[in-house]
Amino acid sequence: MATTTQAPPARPPATSTDRRRRIAARPAAWIVWGVVIFFFLNLLGVVASVLVSSFGRRWFDTWLPDGYTTDWYVRAWDEFALLQVIVVTLEVSVLVVGLSLLIGVPAAYALARRSFPGKRLIFLVFLLPILMPPITYGIPLATVLYKFGLAGHLSGVVLANLVPSVPFVILTMTPFIEQIDPRIESAARMCGAGLRTVFLRVLTPLLVPGILASAILVLVRTVGMFELTFLTAGPDSQTLVVALYYSMSASGIRAQQSVDAMAVIYTSMMLVLLVVALRYVNPTQLVAQVKDEPEH
Amino acid sequence: MSRSGRPLTHWQHRLAERGVDRQLWLLVPALVFVIALFLYPFFYGLTLSFQPTTGGPFSDYARFFSDSYERGTIGITLRIALPAALLNVLAAVPIAYRMRGRFRGKRLVTTLLVVPITLGTVLTAQGLLNFLGPTGWFNRVLLATNLVDEPVRLTHNYWGVFLSLVITGFPFAFLLVLSYLSGIDPTLERAAATLGADWRHRFTRITLPLLMPGLATTFCLTFVLAFSVFPSAVLVGNPAGETRVISLAAYQAAYEQYDYPYASAIAMIMGFVELVVIAVVLAARSRFYTGSTGGKG
Repeated sequence: MATTTQAPPARPPATSTDRRRRIAARPAAWIVWGVVIFFFLNLLGVVASVLVSSFGRRWFDTWLPDGYTTDWYVRAWDEFALLQVIVVTLEVSVLVVGLSLLIGVPAAYALARRSFPGKRLIFLVFLLPILMPPITYGIPLATVLYKFGLAGHLSGVVLANLVPSVPFVILTMTPFIEQIDPRIESAARMCGAGLRTVFLRVLTPLLVPGILASAILVLVRTVGMFELTFLTAGPDSQTLVVALYYSMSASGIRAQQSVDAMAVIYTSMMLVLLVVALRYVNPTQLVAQVKDEPEH
Repeated sequence: MSRSGRPLTHWQHRLAERGVDRQLWLLVPALVFVIALFLYPFFYGLTLSFQPTTGGPFSDYARFFSDSYERGTIGITLRIALPAALLNVLAAVPIAYRMRGRFRGKRLVTTLLVVPITLGTVLTAQGLLNFLGPTGWFNRVLLATNLVDEPVRLTHNYWGVFLSLVITGFPFAFLLVLSYLSGIDPTLERAAATLGADWRHRFTRITLPLLMPGLATTFCLTFVLAFSVFPSAVLVGNPAGETRVISLAAYQAAYEQYDYPYASAIAMIMGFVELVVIAVVLAARSRFYTGSTGGKG
């Protein structure tokens, strides 16, 4: 697949039936593909240099390291107490995903189905945490959490990470709920189901794809969320990305390669999540909540 | 609207007619949550910023703006974030324009582009340090091909931060622009082609105007990401000098000087500057057509 992707669209014109291919001049196509390939090459270099360095015995002013070893992983595992860090990361992610779904899905339902005075204002309030950079509200939030003695522990990290996650769930779920025919609910109500029964027996089964999608998206964002966790975490509640930052900013104390090894562990965790995520969601959904229309 | 069987009182009827009934209780948990964890801390920070440890209510703001080292962080942040966001959006347009149709491997390309977004800024910073450093592969290639005589310095300065923003921001902008572009009805362009417009006219007269709202939204989202740059400014930048961004100033006030009122003041200034930029872009955006067939901006 890789070769077909990066090959320029150079089909002979005689067999070309696709109109769009012929719209633009050829040099433009070459430049565009050239830029894309250049970007990917650099991206590959960035990721591969971390990967190679983490396995390298000694790497100093040469193309490749002298020899290869897996010692750095053992050292990183011990030095950074990675087992505990990974356990914390998983705990935080699972709690954030669960709570944000519980809070977000009912709100998304109300926002998708109802119109009421002040709806636009409420929508704006839900949108703000996504529009503001995390540091801006993170610092006042961390101050408040410290005031109530919540920050520095797991609970503070979870609460802080919920702030962008709940609005994110609301925004991702709304289009999924809008797709469900309201007459199904009306029928259930006519047959005597109350709101709770409608929710549990009718809506939830229909919403499983949407719930899975937004759960995965929140999971990816939480594992990768640096700023909020950084501001609220104590020594025993660091997630992987925060521990990685601390080890990097204190480099010089530890060998570069063991930091690289930790970065590789983080990356592989993210890549596993990503592969899982892409089974359920469209790539564009990972960056925004834009409904992707069927391609023409 | 009476679900419990009880007759509704007069005012409940009036409210129900306007769409307010018991189903709206579903909103309450989320609202309580947003108020407790977002609005309350925000206003707490706002009032805290007017209660400095020394001096009158505005003395922390005065302190920020009178110190050129602190005041300069606004300019530094904008000088990094605006060009990075602009480049990401502008580069995404031609590439997305070319890729909007169907072709083999499209899903692979979009999947690959998601990777840097999920890597996050910390890992990107680590990779850039290795890759772009004086003995990294990038400089090795340049030296081996005789393009430069001595290694180009790309880390621990402005360019390191800028490139890290491009690596994480460009895929983000590209995926958004691509989805906006595929939301534009292709028959419009075909109609223009029938009327004799060449591709340049079709792009500037049809596609681009319809895409502009989407581009404005994309720019805002990319800008937010770039504006709050923090890890890469420390790790691949020069955090004491040319990449001392405003989020770093706020962080240092809070966690190194433990001056929470001052840190809140800086956070408020940061939020204000960011909202001004976004407001300007969105005001410009409202002048474009945002109807049914133009993207979903």
